[in-house]
Amino acid sequence: MRTWDWSYTGHVLPDLLRGLLVTLEATALGSVLAFALGLVWALAFRAPTRWVRWPVGAVVEFVRNTPLLVQLFFLFYVLPTTGLTFSPLTTGVIGLGLHYSTYTAEVYRAGIDGVPPGQWEAATALSLPRRRTWTAVILPQAIRRVVPALGNYVIAMFKDTPMLAAITVLDMLKQAEEAGAESFRYTEPITVVGLLFVLIAYPTSLLMRALERRLGN
Amino acid sequence: MTTGLWELLFKGLWVTVQLTVFSAALAGVIAFAAGLARLSRFWIVRFVAGAYVEFFRGTSALVLMFWLFFALPLLGWQLAALWAGTLALGLSYGAYGSEVVRGAIRAVPVAQREAAIALSFTPWQRMRLVILPQAVPEMVPPFCNLLIELLKGTALASILGIGELAFGAQLVRLATGQSAEVYGIILAMYFVVAFVITRGMRLLERRAKASVGRVPRPDLTSAKRVPPGAVDTGVGTVGGGSR
Repeated sequence: MRTWDWSYTGHVLPDLLRGLLVTLEATALGSVLAFALGLVWALAFRAPTRWVRWPVGAVVEFVRNTPLLVQLFFLFYVLPTTGLTFSPLTTGVIGLGLHYSTYTAEVYRAGIDGVPPGQWEAATALSLPRRRTWTAVILPQAIRRVVPALGNYVIAMFKDTPMLAAITVLDMLKQAEEAGAESFRYTEPITVVGLLFVLIAYPTSLLMRALERRLGN
Repeated sequence: MTTGLWELLFKGLWVTVQLTVFSAALAGVIAFAAGLARLSRFWIVRFVAGAYVEFFRGTSALVLMFWLFFALPLLGWQLAALWAGTLALGLSYGAYGSEVVRGAIRAVPVAQREAAIALSFTPWQRMRLVILPQAVPEMVPPFCNLLIELLKGTALASILGIGELAFGAQLVRLATGQSAEVYGIILAMYFVVAFVITRGMRLLERRAKASVGRVPRPDLTSAKRVPPGAVDTGVGTVGGGSR
């Protein structure tokens, strides 16, 4: 049994923190993409024609029910063959954003369904155009009530970013792996990475819970 | 692709199914143990269970898997890759599942509990004969969601070198170089397994609800799965509200 080596921990910490920045960057960009795409899917679910609803529904179902890791491999190996070459980080962000957009779509849908019918009727009575009904009446109310749920998916995505290590992104886990491969000591770097995840995810989830109570839904 | 390569994929699929079953069994046991412990009368039991749940919901399943595989030897244990994978998935999804159990038990009307007390049932009888039969049917849909998340999580085990479906695909890709086909095929395989799980769980739910004389609510159980973060059962991917 070996003991914990503090000086080695101090030695790998800067690399891990650099990895943390990449992790946070991937989470932030992935969230933006997931929020935007999710809204697109949610609006497509309400499209007047089933020629839009059905294909979008099928794609969303498929993406949500298959592993993110395999989707990342798919993007990583297949995109370059179609002539699109992205950096591993960009590929990872696309993968994360696409995968989580299928969850945020359901969140938006729940939010939109939760807007009282009277709001739709009022918009009709005021003969607001369709676009304005969405942007000025429905979406502001729908999005407001789903903010905490969206926040929870940001945390979930944050915890899924280590998968990007599998497509060679230098995130926290990859940094820990490389440090371990160099010195044959995995214990310290991986433990620190695990603790950093808890240290960030737990307070954030408390914040989301408080927000949820505040918004009173 | 030759038959040998197809065989590799189907072997991988079989390992994926095994991994899913083992870790789901472990997660189920943990979910009930931790979920019930969080409703205990003793604060210390509640506290320990709560700390476990918050910790394992807070960390990343993949990092946990790495930790069990690479870092646990510090404590003098070396786990086989398959068990490190099973344990990591079981521990993290058990933590999510415990919130489902807790939410469903708390959703049983208080009057049921009071009636059981009035009939002088012991706490164990109360739980076994009155509370759980009514709580379990409510747990089935969120457990179904978690089971699919777990199935997706098994792909992580490929990083530890466990020969499951994603790992098999990697080998086939190296052999043939046909990335699009290989990954397309295994994505479809995962989807089929998830579909079978959803159907099976729906059947289970109908039977569980029928056994307590209820009809499943069609809007909640069919077609669209409600994402864990948005439902009001107290179940979240992370810290989804606790009502």
